[in-house]
Amino acid sequence: MFTFTLRRLLIAVPTLLIISLVIFLLLEAAPGDPLGDVPLTVPPDVKEKMRAALGLDSPWYVRYVLWLKQFFWVEPLHLIDHLFGTSLGEGMQRVISFQSRQPVMQIIAERLPQTLMVVGLAYLIGVMIALPIGILSAYRQYSWFDNLGTFVSMVGFSVPTFFTGVVLIIVFAVKLQWFPSVYDTTLKVTDWASFKAQLRQMVMPVTVLALYNAAQISRFMRASMLDNLGQDYVRTARAKGLGERVVVLVHVLRNSMIPVVTVIALGVPTIFGGAIITEQVFKVNGLGQQLISSIHANDLPMVMTLTFIFAILIVLFNLIADLLYGILDPRIRYD
Amino acid sequence: MTEAPATLTLPRPPRSQWRDVWDQFKTHKGAIVGLTVFALILGAVLIGPLIWTIDPTTVNLRARNQGFSAAHPLGTDQLGRDLLARVMAGGKVSIAVGMTAMSLSILLGTTIGVLAGYFRRLEGPLMRLTDLFLALPLLPLLLLMVTLFREPLSRSFGPEGGIFLLIVCAIGATSWMQTARIVRGEVLAIKEREFVLAARSIGTPARRMVTRHVLPNVLSPIMVSATLGIAAAIITESALSFLGLGFPPDFPTWGRLLYDAIDQMQLYPWRVIIPGIAISLTVLSVNYIGDGLRDALDPRIRGR
Repeated sequence: MFTFTLRRLLIAVPTLLIISLVIFLLLEAAPGDPLGDVPLTVPPDVKEKMRAALGLDSPWYVRYVLWLKQFFWVEPLHLIDHLFGTSLGEGMQRVISFQSRQPVMQIIAERLPQTLMVVGLAYLIGVMIALPIGILSAYRQYSWFDNLGTFVSMVGFSVPTFFTGVVLIIVFAVKLQWFPSVYDTTLKVTDWASFKAQLRQMVMPVTVLALYNAAQISRFMRASMLDNLGQDYVRTARAKGLGERVVVLVHVLRNSMIPVVTVIALGVPTIFGGAIITEQVFKVNGLGQQLISSIHANDLPMVMTLTFIFAILIVLFNLIADLLYGILDPRIRYD
Repeated sequence: MTEAPATLTLPRPPRSQWRDVWDQFKTHKGAIVGLTVFALILGAVLIGPLIWTIDPTTVNLRARNQGFSAAHPLGTDQLGRDLLARVMAGGKVSIAVGMTAMSLSILLGTTIGVLAGYFRRLEGPLMRLTDLFLALPLLPLLLLMVTLFREPLSRSFGPEGGIFLLIVCAIGATSWMQTARIVRGEVLAIKEREFVLAARSIGTPARRMVTRHVLPNVLSPIMVSATLGIAAAIITESALSFLGLGFPPDFPTWGRLLYDAIDQMQLYPWRVIIPGIAISLTVLSVNYIGDGLRDALDPRIRGR
């Protein structure tokens, strides 16, 4: 197991390097100019200086290596400085956003809580809804409950989140006026009233994302339970007189959870991507919205860093899913 | 055991495999409903404009923001353009994008899957490539590609053709990986079967092995992922349009119509809901067809 983890970590390093190069070259090949918004009246030599100040005058491989150094060496040093009050990274150039001239990581750290709060909570709720539905659907296969569940989950992942979101806004924010349609990120939870306001504005984005995730996970749970319910050990468990509750909720459930847990782990990075759309619908001031506004503004360092962070999440959770599979299922041996 | 039943003496007339598949498909109620709904949508989108001949881009400022009426069954938008005509025109583009992007993704996925499965030397590099693509953050990259390359492409291929090409290629290039993995798995299994050994022993060249013996046998998983691919591509295209990164405004797609209506959804919610329902219904019906096909093409389920 340990050697497997080590090997996977070693493979992850070149994978991430290649991904970062791909993203970098894609941005490089693009014709967009970060100085495109600069007025035409600015003389060319001043423009050249501005270009040099942004570090755009050196060839692409120099800038790529510089970005790598900043991302993997300078930024962690700054994080250590921030956490322990040391001064290891003093005077070193950080990854700076073209748009706001702030360190990119600082902006990301400001926006991460919003995304995590909405997306993370939605995923948790989605999983908590999906598991019981999947279990019951499989146990009563082809019952009305199962058929309804199949239909609802089919609808759940066929209807795009931007449409469910907009419909919820029309019904609950415009017509019924129960919830606010725009997520107010400046709201600070200080007392009961602001806590209630925070809850009310989270209801709709969380519902949209939770339903979407629940639709997929409940299908996996159902399929996995069905695989196990027909196995010999289930008959044995029933034959030796165990109660139906114990058979289903202990014996079958524990075995069925193995693939489902890995699916849940694999889904974590994709929800960050999917949240881009939901954040846009509800105007949540999170990472996804930041990505879109940086793409529009041609803010190369920001786009590069954010996209790469998404890639790290995917590689990391793939690894976690593989390891979980090995830990949960003793029949699987990687060595 | 002496008297055999009379029916056994008469051998059943030979039935083609596709006949069996269709019989199994027919028993899946959802799939039949899905097929009907999809055929209706396709018919409305293709034949509809021949009957309802109002031009979707005609601006009529006197008839702005109208409700449902005989002259405009679905009303008009903020520039007085007929919404029914726009929904039909948008559907044509959305479905065309879905179909074309799916074909591209299936072509890529099948080629890579067959090559990786059949030729051992190519397996390592091609599967590494697939893993690499699976580790890419796809939606951010799609957004990037579409934003960065829309200007030069629309300059060289015209605003409509350029964006169409860009979106189709972007979706196709980022969605082939699942197909490639499934096809590779199937090819690996088929390669070990006796008929492949027999074909090889009479000296069939590799090209004909692939086209005559391997490809027909991996057709079922390809068909299923093609069907599901249409749904995924339609959703991706409308998501791009929804984020304002899709087709130009005078070239409607369902996602674009939804996006354009968001600003005034408080006053005219129907303008958001109609294209949204069109997208959802299409995707739902296509997903049901895919579900039914998966059951029908699985020989372990068929015939039960």
